[in-house]
Amino acid sequence: MTSTHVDVAVIGGGPAGLAAASMAKQQGVEKVVIYDRNDWMGGILFQCIHDGFGVEELGTSMTGTEYAEMYVHQAVADGVDLVQGAMVLSLQPNRRLIVVHTKGIEEIQAKAIILAMGCRERTRWSCMLPGTRPSGIYTAGVAQALINVYNIMPGKDVIILGSGDVGLIMARRLKFEGATVHGVVELLPYASGLPRNVVQCLDDYDIPLYLNHTITDIEGSERLTQVTIAQMTEKGECVPGSEKIIPCDTVLLSLGLIPENELSKQVGIQLDPLTGGPKVSERYETSSPGIFACGNCLQVYDTVDMLAIDAKEVGKQAALFTQSKQPSSQTTGINLQAGDGVQYIVPQKITRPGKIRCTLRVKKPQKNVILKATSKDKEIITKKQRFVNPANMISFSVPISEKMLDEAKVVEVVVL
Amino acid sequence: MSSYDIAIIGGGIVGCALARQLSRYSPRVAVFEKGPDVSSGTSKANSGVIHSGINSRPGTLKAQFCVQGNTLFSSLANELGFHLRWVGKYVIAKNDKERKELERLQQVGQRNGVNGLEIHEKELIAKKEPNVTCEAGLWVPTAGIVLPYEVTIALAENAAKNGVHFHLLTTVTGIKKRQNFFSIKTPKKEFSAKVVINAAGINCNDIYSMVESSEFTIYPCRGEYLILDKIYHSLLKSMIYPVPDRELGVLGVHITPTIEGNIILGPSAEYINKLADTRTTHHTMKLLLKEAQDIIPSLPHKGTIAAYAGVRCKIASPEEGGMADFQIIESPEYQGMIHLLGIESPGLTAAPALANHVVDLISHDVPLKPNDQFQPCQPKKTRFADMSPSQQHDLIKQDKRWGRVICRCEHVTEAEVLQALHNPLGAHSISAVKYRCRAGMGRCQGGFCTQHIIRLMQEELGLDVADIILKSEKSNMFTGKTREIHS
Repeated sequence: MTSTHVDVAVIGGGPAGLAAASMAKQQGVEKVVIYDRNDWMGGILFQCIHDGFGVEELGTSMTGTEYAEMYVHQAVADGVDLVQGAMVLSLQPNRRLIVVHTKGIEEIQAKAIILAMGCRERTRWSCMLPGTRPSGIYTAGVAQALINVYNIMPGKDVIILGSGDVGLIMARRLKFEGATVHGVVELLPYASGLPRNVVQCLDDYDIPLYLNHTITDIEGSERLTQVTIAQMTEKGECVPGSEKIIPCDTVLLSLGLIPENELSKQVGIQLDPLTGGPKVSERYETSSPGIFACGNCLQVYDTVDMLAIDAKEVGKQAALFTQSKQPSSQTTGINLQAGDGVQYIVPQKITRPGKIRCTLRVKKPQKNVILKATSKDKEIITKKQRFVNPANMISFSVPISEKMLDEAKVVEVVVL
Repeated sequence: MSSYDIAIIGGGIVGCALARQLSRYSPRVAVFEKGPDVSSGTSKANSGVIHSGINSRPGTLKAQFCVQGNTLFSSLANELGFHLRWVGKYVIAKNDKERKELERLQQVGQRNGVNGLEIHEKELIAKKEPNVTCEAGLWVPTAGIVLPYEVTIALAENAAKNGVHFHLLTTVTGIKKRQNFFSIKTPKKEFSAKVVINAAGINCNDIYSMVESSEFTIYPCRGEYLILDKIYHSLLKSMIYPVPDRELGVLGVHITPTIEGNIILGPSAEYINKLADTRTTHHTMKLLLKEAQDIIPSLPHKGTIAAYAGVRCKIASPEEGGMADFQIIESPEYQGMIHLLGIESPGLTAAPALANHVVDLISHDVPLKPNDQFQPCQPKKTRFADMSPSQQHDLIKQDKRWGRVICRCEHVTEAEVLQALHNPLGAHSISAVKYRCRAGMGRCQGGFCTQHIIRLMQEELGLDVADIILKSEKSNMFTGKTREIHS
């Protein structure tokens, strides 16, 4: 076993890890190393050959691969060490990592760690999808990798369950490659993915979106042969007579993403059940001192642009920590709580005064609502919103005064 | 025509235990399996429990082979290197009526020769299994757990190394008695054998009716299961069973810890029309969780990482109820044809003893001279995930493929996937890899590793993507390449 000392160790070389690492380096940190388990850097963007990346951040539209390449070049130019094909096996107390790669097992002692492990896809069993278990059932992300990276066609007659962004993108992608896409089936009364993806990937290609529907049965003893879809009531019961059999050979699942935090759990980092990611302070520090979190393992972002902007801030905070310019932030502070109408809010804790940047997601689509932050029944901010949608993250700032930090324990944010 | 002395139809636990036992002797033995791997049917889809023998009526073959088989498992595990843990089990009672049933089970067990049975009061159980709610429980120390597919594969691979031929993807479509041998028809070619053993499990009736003029009926009874995430492993240490449903002839929904640290809930019991209908249903998946939560209220609602189902090969009709005994029938018309029928629970436990019994029967028809080259032992598979960091480091230094993690959830490396791909049976499905090295069995259910396993199958075995199958002959994974690349 070899052992190495680094200043900032970044777990995961997707856009979040790359952006954070580059920024840490730019802050003057000497040794910043990214460990990634793939044989490439860029994470999931490597398989995203569609465009639309970079619009919010840079005002120009790139493919995912181009966007990733830009960040890889930046990281290299900044002097970040990139270690590919390296998987972190365990995260141990006192910021120690055990990493495996083809040269052996390496023990790494870091001054600060940035978690950037990304997320994984929900499987068929997360929604207990009944039926047989034939071949031909893939998560949307796996299908995307198969088609775009490995030149493998998963099937020709496809139905998609769940209207997450990857599912919408894949509906169009499969159509491009000559498959018949019978439709996208969504249990909710609205699409989970971005409105622009519904338009550009479904509407423009006449692919139907079945809202308030789900798959109730899967058939096929070897390869998938058909599915049954049905309309569902709000209580989750099947509307009698609405069942429809759709012959197909492939089901893609786009049921949502789960932040990857198996490593976080190993060192007892507190997770927020609402986000699935670590609870963090406004410096993106987790409950474990010197361990920071960014990207989709913190919260599932809807665009990589927003993700990268936040990740850069994380890189800056990790750098400050290693330079001993800021002590750990987790001791005291205000808890930021998701109130009515709010699915979750990040950060979960505020430990210093100032304008604190926050992001939240609402529970359901609504028009003409008010976003309100209150502390001890006093309104801190109110913001009118013409239209809110769970698919679109909302970012805003909350001004926190010294006095509030001394007096308040909780700030609640509602969208009503 | 390829000729064998003994043909075994069915590569489940029974067929493979028999094949391995016969490989101690000199006759030429073949196993015919319609799936792309052994353990393709009920043998892979059950609770993985080595039973003690408290559930079978004294004097039955089930009781005899279960108790005998139980005692054979430790040495078998040592020889073949599969995992086995004697975790013990509780049959729990919720009221006085059920407590009486515990006493009955204890008596049955004692008559069958099961040692160590004790009835524990709830205070003692609360100490040993604090998450279980009950009034009393029958403690069964001689019950254990295995990975049933791992046992079956280990038996088969050892048999193959000792000379048994495995014909995978080879459905037997006809059997004809010739003068002093049987001819066995398959879509590939015709084979001959002096002795034929019907170990076709749930399909035993198909084989039976190819030969015999009499008829009998199988009543397939499906059992569904849920598998929970490993993070809940500390909820129980031993297996927890309700008192069995005697009318239905099943053991009831129980909670079983697995070798790997998952928890299994199930099985349900539902008579079905189609033999191979292993679907899982909305209704039953909900029911399993509810019934299991009656036993351990703190079981999570959303902890399921996968569901599966197996089909019991029942001879007793739903109207008769109860558990019929195993039937071992030497064909009245044709010497050398032996049918093993209705091998339902405790078939996994009974298999080694059942195999010994059938070898005795065969010895009347074929002389069994010892195989001088027989190697009973095979090394335990080295698992990256179970090693210390320094052991891992040393292995990677010898072969860098130990340093490439393919399955992230279960920490399975490329070296292990390659070992699984180059198995001695020549089983080349995605499932064959999964059941040999666990790649794809974790919480992401193959989300990250499938593509890498496919790549290795193409590189190592030269398979065309269009020919890669999941778990049965026509379960092709892909339609082909997305685009042809012309240079």
